[in-house]
Amino acid sequence: MADAMPLEAEEAELRTLPRMAQFVFRGGAEAVRLAGGALGLNLPQQACRAAEAGLRVGLWLGPDEWLLLAPAGEGEALEAALEAALGDEPHALVGVGHRGLAIEVRGARAADVLNAGCPLDLDEAAFPVGMCTRTVLCKAQIVLWRTAPDVFCLHVWRSFMPYVVTFLTEARARL
Amino acid sequence: MSGAFRVAEGGRVDRARPVRFSFDGRAYTGLAGDTLASALIANGVHLVGRSFKYHRPRGFLAAGSEEPNALVRVGAGTARATPNLRATQVEVYEGLVAESQNRSPSLAFDLGAINDLAAPFLSAGFYYKTFMWPSWGWKRIYEPLIRRAAGLGRAPEAPDPDCYAQRYVHCDVLVVGAGPAGLSAALAAAEAGARVIICDEQAELGGSLLDETPGSAHAAWLARTLVALAQAGVRMLPRTTAFGMFAQNFVALAERVTEHLAAPDPRQPRERLWQVRARQVVLAAGAIERPLIFPGNDRPGVMLAGAARTYLRRYGVRPGARALVVTSSDEGYRSAIDLAQGGVDVAAIADLRAQPAAALADAARAAGLTVLPGSEIEGTSGRLRVRGARVRRATGGSAEIACDLVLMAGGRTPSVHLFSQSARKLSFDEATGAFVPDDAGGAIHPAGACRGVMEIDAVLRDGAQAGALAAQRAHLPTSAEVLRTVAATAEVTAVPARKPHARGRAFVDFQNDVTTKDIALAVREGFVSVEHVKRYTTVGMATDQGKTSNINALGLMAEARDTAIPQVGHTTFRMPYTPVSFGTLAGAARGNLFDPVRQTPIHAWAEAQGAVFEDVSLWKRARYFPERSETMHQAVARECLGVRAGVGVFDASTLGKIEVVGPDAAVFLERMYVNPFRKLGVGRTRYGVLLREDGFILDDGVIGRIAADRFHVTTTTGGAPRVLAMMEDYLQTEFSDLRVWLTSTTEEWAVIAVQGPKAREVIAPLVEGIDISPAALPHMSVREGRICGVKGRLFRVSFTGELGFELNVPADDAQMVWDAVWARGQDAGMVAYGTETMHVLRAEKGFIIVGQETDGTVTPDDVGLGWAVGAAKPDFVGKRSLARAAMKDPARKQLVGLLTQAPARVLEEGAQIVADASAGRRSLGHVTSAYFSACLGHSVALAMVSGGRARMGESLLVPMPGGDVTVRVVAPVFYDPAGERVNG
Repeated sequence: MADAMPLEAEEAELRTLPRMAQFVFRGGAEAVRLAGGALGLNLPQQACRAAEAGLRVGLWLGPDEWLLLAPAGEGEALEAALEAALGDEPHALVGVGHRGLAIEVRGARAADVLNAGCPLDLDEAAFPVGMCTRTVLCKAQIVLWRTAPDVFCLHVWRSFMPYVVTFLTEARARL
Repeated sequence: MSGAFRVAEGGRVDRARPVRFSFDGRAYTGLAGDTLASALIANGVHLVGRSFKYHRPRGFLAAGSEEPNALVRVGAGTARATPNLRATQVEVYEGLVAESQNRSPSLAFDLGAINDLAAPFLSAGFYYKTFMWPSWGWKRIYEPLIRRAAGLGRAPEAPDPDCYAQRYVHCDVLVVGAGPAGLSAALAAAEAGARVIICDEQAELGGSLLDETPGSAHAAWLARTLVALAQAGVRMLPRTTAFGMFAQNFVALAERVTEHLAAPDPRQPRERLWQVRARQVVLAAGAIERPLIFPGNDRPGVMLAGAARTYLRRYGVRPGARALVVTSSDEGYRSAIDLAQGGVDVAAIADLRAQPAAALADAARAAGLTVLPGSEIEGTSGRLRVRGARVRRATGGSAEIACDLVLMAGGRTPSVHLFSQSARKLSFDEATGAFVPDDAGGAIHPAGACRGVMEIDAVLRDGAQAGALAAQRAHLPTSAEVLRTVAATAEVTAVPARKPHARGRAFVDFQNDVTTKDIALAVREGFVSVEHVKRYTTVGMATDQGKTSNINALGLMAEARDTAIPQVGHTTFRMPYTPVSFGTLAGAARGNLFDPVRQTPIHAWAEAQGAVFEDVSLWKRARYFPERSETMHQAVARECLGVRAGVGVFDASTLGKIEVVGPDAAVFLERMYVNPFRKLGVGRTRYGVLLREDGFILDDGVIGRIAADRFHVTTTTGGAPRVLAMMEDYLQTEFSDLRVWLTSTTEEWAVIAVQGPKAREVIAPLVEGIDISPAALPHMSVREGRICGVKGRLFRVSFTGELGFELNVPADDAQMVWDAVWARGQDAGMVAYGTETMHVLRAEKGFIIVGQETDGTVTPDDVGLGWAVGAAKPDFVGKRSLARAAMKDPARKQLVGLLTQAPARVLEEGAQIVADASAGRRSLGHVTSAYFSACLGHSVALAMVSGGRARMGESLLVPMPGGDVTVRVVAPVFYDPAGERVNG
């Protein structure tokens, strides 16, 4: 599953992304500040926005909830660093690196393919680069993140992956 | 060559591209750009259908989607043939195959027409009164007969081989209808910078402008505007019907993508559902011409005047040789003059009004036409095609006028369907004699004919204002808004429908065969409400939803009740505007995309072992693992014995898991679950019961304390999403003071249950850093450590009553760990077991399954879990409800065990339980679980029985079709009642 899975049709290319270390981080303002220090990036305070520093990413999912992404090998060290930095400050840090996988939809028609099952307005004015949100793709819940004008990253719980991939493949064929 | 009635030139058809098609087995030739209707008319074919009830011969009434008569089946084969398509909307293509409906053996000779002679017995509501005798006759004779006769068209028999697409799309302004109003609105909105979508049900955008003579100013405007819209990036959707309007400007559009193509690209979807969220909607749905009510107004050749004009000017087809134009509106004159210019011999204009507008009458006379004011049509003649009409003059006396075309112009009814679907009010407009949108404010903007603006230049102006205003409201709400200055047109007056004086049946609803007499009868019989008259007479209830009949029916009801149309009111407009195929609504949700199919990380292994799977919520779970030719019962017996005697391995990965973290985690769980948690030690687990506010069990699961501020909560497989949602809800609304956060870890951890007396020896070599000796890791404990080298959580828990462990390991590593467990287990005779065995093993121990023993009306005490309730706690969800007197009623159903007198007899789950064999006996409860226990050698059952715990030892009966089954009430623990085996 972790291998790239390139499919034809450059207008909306679909591939799975390599496995990453992932954490759900939840907490208040002070915890956010401390976690940002350990992560080396300021977690976004604006709703539905991503912040990146190198290969580390923080996706705003709720007023007290972020999805943290880091390269696969950094997981244990990052968890330890975060817990050390946070100390007794109330927070929740939960590893979810095995819970889901990420796939990328890339190409000029990427938004149209996603709109086969995602009811959001994916016009760049409404959903700019750097925006992320929990949403649905037909009957599956996903986290959708626009990483470039023509590139979307979808975080999908692992058991929903076959459904999401089949759905997107079908949607791309029927545009 | 494309038909004797094709005029030499004109129209939008492509004369260089003839297309061959067939109708009822006969070959015809039409032209590219024809509809099936125009191509048949070009070939002189007017008889195209038989009416629903009386099987009367019917021809084309209209030229658009409002057509009630010309319903045809299009396409060959058992899968693709589509019934009930309106021939006026079907575009012809090479090889098209069409068939008429509701006739046998043929259109010209239809045996069902005997109903027409029986018409006196088939009046409104006949099925409520005609078939009352004998009393058994309805069920055995009449209903089967009527059911066979009812219904139009035949549904395709084979599965639909086509694919359908769906797309969500957002815009600033959605324009519904691409006639003059819609196009000018789209242009104005696009020029203001709005994102615009415009759709139209027809093959080409243009609406009534498509009827204009090429080269005319309006035709030129149409061409210019289409170019401008394309340049402005407007999404233009022809063949796309806006069929439903929902809350907050959510509009459903059905696009027919390939229906008009002879050889569509197989990759193309047949149809596409557009789900549009529009900031503003401009409704430019136009208006529908009204038929007139006179005897014999349903004969083939009786047509709407505007439709005849469309056939002539858009398709270059003369709908007849000699026409009588019957009108109650000014519109009829314009149509008559245009048709005369196009080569149709217009016998006369019979105006039902005594005093037509002088200017129009003069214009008609100047064109050489005869005008007969104050006329009444007494009837038409002809059998399969009209041959003449009898006209009574205002001056007295009547004359038969020979004609093969009777054209009706009863004024135009604004199309308010979508506006009304948006739950907005309509008001009756005296000027147009119709209901029009009441309120043009907000985010929906009716424009043009659908709000009663009929005159073309006013329509263009109205559309432009609506489009500009919509764009403004979408983006820049300002105080200086575009003003809507165009008023509804007052000049096109029409006389409301009245009951004709002449004898003979005059049809109101053509598709459902409702006559003026039916409506009069309904009113006479006391039906007052328009909704009741609609249902009693079925007026407006056909697939056309009464597009051509509703307003006339209202006029007749008003007349019969001696009141006015506004007092009669109107019926509810419902979606879809025109029928939508199931495929379009289903989209991709078929086959393997009907629902997500969730599989665990162990699924492939189980499949390779030959497991039989069952659906549990969206999951596939291995139900049992048959060896060779084993039946399910044989496999389950072997698996059960294997676990109890040695060791079994079970994939419990689907269990819901929630990580509850924060300094107040224990307090939070105390408030959510009935159990106390504050004193639960780190490394210990507890069986938790979760109630709803009403005190009934919602979910259960084992909860382990990983650290002082961290709990690992498990839920049932199906309950995981609702438990998480409920907890999050309480945290955000009731317990926002608590510093605790929730994260779903259901899919983070795979769970490998190893159960049985040999479980410890199997896992011992695989576990690092955890002392799993009974003293160090007693029943109901949890430890973190390494399992096969990966970080995991080891639970010592049991849902089988045996010594048991649950290995929680990261999902990616699950198969590796499973393989190691399986390999180690072989020496111990390990069996892999599925959910069926799990159910039997837990039933032998009397462990409940939420949703099997419980049904949403069961308290903890009912199922013997009163011990779990922390009564000393100040509060928990459902606590107050448990204190209600009814919750402590000793007669409540309680969990018991049942043993059958015949040991091999397995009860039926769901069977009722009674006390004795007397007549009138009442149910005491029901069987919730029943299995044959291979370990015990007899059947076991769990049941919920009224006052069950006080009935131990009693004999009860379970009535079954073969006779009562005698059972004995016992404690619900059949195996190892002392509970010693879990401590092994």
